[in-house]
Amino acid sequence: MTSENVAHAGGTSAHAIAAAVRNGASLAVDVLDEHLARISQADERVHAFNLVTAEAAREEALAVDRRVVAGEDPGPLAGVPVALKDNLCTHGVETTCSSRVLEGWRPPYDATVVDRLRAAGAIVVGKTNLDEFAMGSSTENSAFGATRNPHALDRVPGGSSGGSAAAVAAGFAPLALGSDTGGSIRQPAALCGVVGAKPTYGAVSRYGLVAFASSLDQIGPFAANVADAALLLEAIAGHDARDATSIPEPFPSLASHLDRGVEGLRVGVISELTEADGIEVEVSERVREAATALEKAGAVVDEVSVPSTMYGLSAYYLIAPAEASSNLARYDGVRYGLRVDAATTGDMYDRTRTAGLGAEVKRRIMLGTYALSAGYYDAFYGKAQRVRTLILRDFEAAYERFDVLLSPTSPCVAFPLGAKAADPLTMYLNDVCTIPSNLAGHPAISVPFGTGAGGLPVGVQVLAPALGEATMFQAAAALESSAP
Amino acid sequence: MADITRDDVAHVARLARIELTEEELDTFTGQLAKVLQHARDVEALDVSDVPPTAHPYPLTNVLRPDEVQPSLDRDEVLAAAPAAEAGQFSVPPVLGEAP
Repeated sequence: MTSENVAHAGGTSAHAIAAAVRNGASLAVDVLDEHLARISQADERVHAFNLVTAEAAREEALAVDRRVVAGEDPGPLAGVPVALKDNLCTHGVETTCSSRVLEGWRPPYDATVVDRLRAAGAIVVGKTNLDEFAMGSSTENSAFGATRNPHALDRVPGGSSGGSAAAVAAGFAPLALGSDTGGSIRQPAALCGVVGAKPTYGAVSRYGLVAFASSLDQIGPFAANVADAALLLEAIAGHDARDATSIPEPFPSLASHLDRGVEGLRVGVISELTEADGIEVEVSERVREAATALEKAGAVVDEVSVPSTMYGLSAYYLIAPAEASSNLARYDGVRYGLRVDAATTGDMYDRTRTAGLGAEVKRRIMLGTYALSAGYYDAFYGKAQRVRTLILRDFEAAYERFDVLLSPTSPCVAFPLGAKAADPLTMYLNDVCTIPSNLAGHPAISVPFGTGAGGLPVGVQVLAPALGEATMFQAAAALESSAP
Repeated sequence: MADITRDDVAHVARLARIELTEEELDTFTGQLAKVLQHARDVEALDVSDVPPTAHPYPLTNVLRPDEVQPSLDRDEVLAAAPAAEAGQFSVPPVLGEAP
């Protein structure tokens, strides 16, 4: 595969599509057909999708058009095509998590976010590829083959939500949903040159998101621009009684903050993450330039030390596998997905899990089982949870002085397929800048800001305290408008 | 703390109900040792006076009224199972024959 560029994210925005469909200037079915044509033209090379649901999407689009004709308002996402990461349950539509163990499984219910998308008038166009069970940073760990970066087809799109990021970057859909446990929305957004946000833990219902690490997982938006990401997040956020970790307070309005500018906003550049070992020099430079751009726009910018973020990676790779080892115990061949038959139930469990789970998933299950096992629990899992408290305290101190923080999203630009596949630890290091927000439960967003080595996209990360999304999007919009 | 051994990996694989070949055991032992080596920075910290955080947002005792509500359709759920019988999931014998 060559380094050919098929990126095409600058098409009609979700805002413009919804406005035109709502006032009858465009038909949802025409918008859909344009995107389906783009998918059939280029997805064979990108492989963003595990499944394109063209027929069901056409029926949904026709229904939206009928509602407009009848004088009804289909909602804020009327006729906007949306791609869903294939770990979000869709009623009667195959949901695989890019794993052999769930291949062919048709969930008996829709995730809450899918219900909310439909209620807002959006059109689901398909299910996107991911690292198996969202474990990875390159979308190479998929049982159904890797996704490629639309900006350079011989490079990875990042991961684990690489299919959703690539779908937006290639113009297959103006919007997509992903999930972010340690950076799985923000890192692929950065590598694919699109916007990706991880909301506050509990802001978006996890009901119907196949669980990886329950205390870290959050669903969030991908879009080609900040305003569209805000539109999608507003449509899916808010309390849901079916998720016990859902925040009861109302979610703040984002749209009203987008054009407020950053006059007087206090912005801190996290020194540890911007100058850490392994951060590419061009990436650090873009973060510095982003800070300067915000300063010119009226923000008050300074350096800030958040020292315990340096322990984030280690803490994460103990906590997330520990939770995963428990969550993934359910893939045992009894209730859904693959079963490899055997004479006894115990042997059936062993054979099913051995055949159905990929190497990275097995690695993390074993790591987590080890970290939780007798004699090691206090040294590993217990300590990692205390480190989580240290990170929360450090952020708390930083947010006494600053409204938002800046850092790189990914230490590097998109790397060639296979470059980091042989060594798990090298791959894990991709998450060093994104993990602290998951451990703290805080929101963070990646905004495209110029390019790095090879002319490939760089993302700058804006971090905010819990439920600080309005200010975070305000800063992100200012950053976007000053991007080179 | 001592490095993770091949026997440790074989033990956790058994606990996790995953079968490993001899070659996989070697590969995974090396890889897991490297990840745990990285975690030494956390292991070395003295955080005995720091309380653990299990969950980032302080919600406790999330309750709902104890009322009957619609649930998933049983037939649809069972239709997605590898094997079902008489309205239940069906599995091979749990105990099997004596060895």
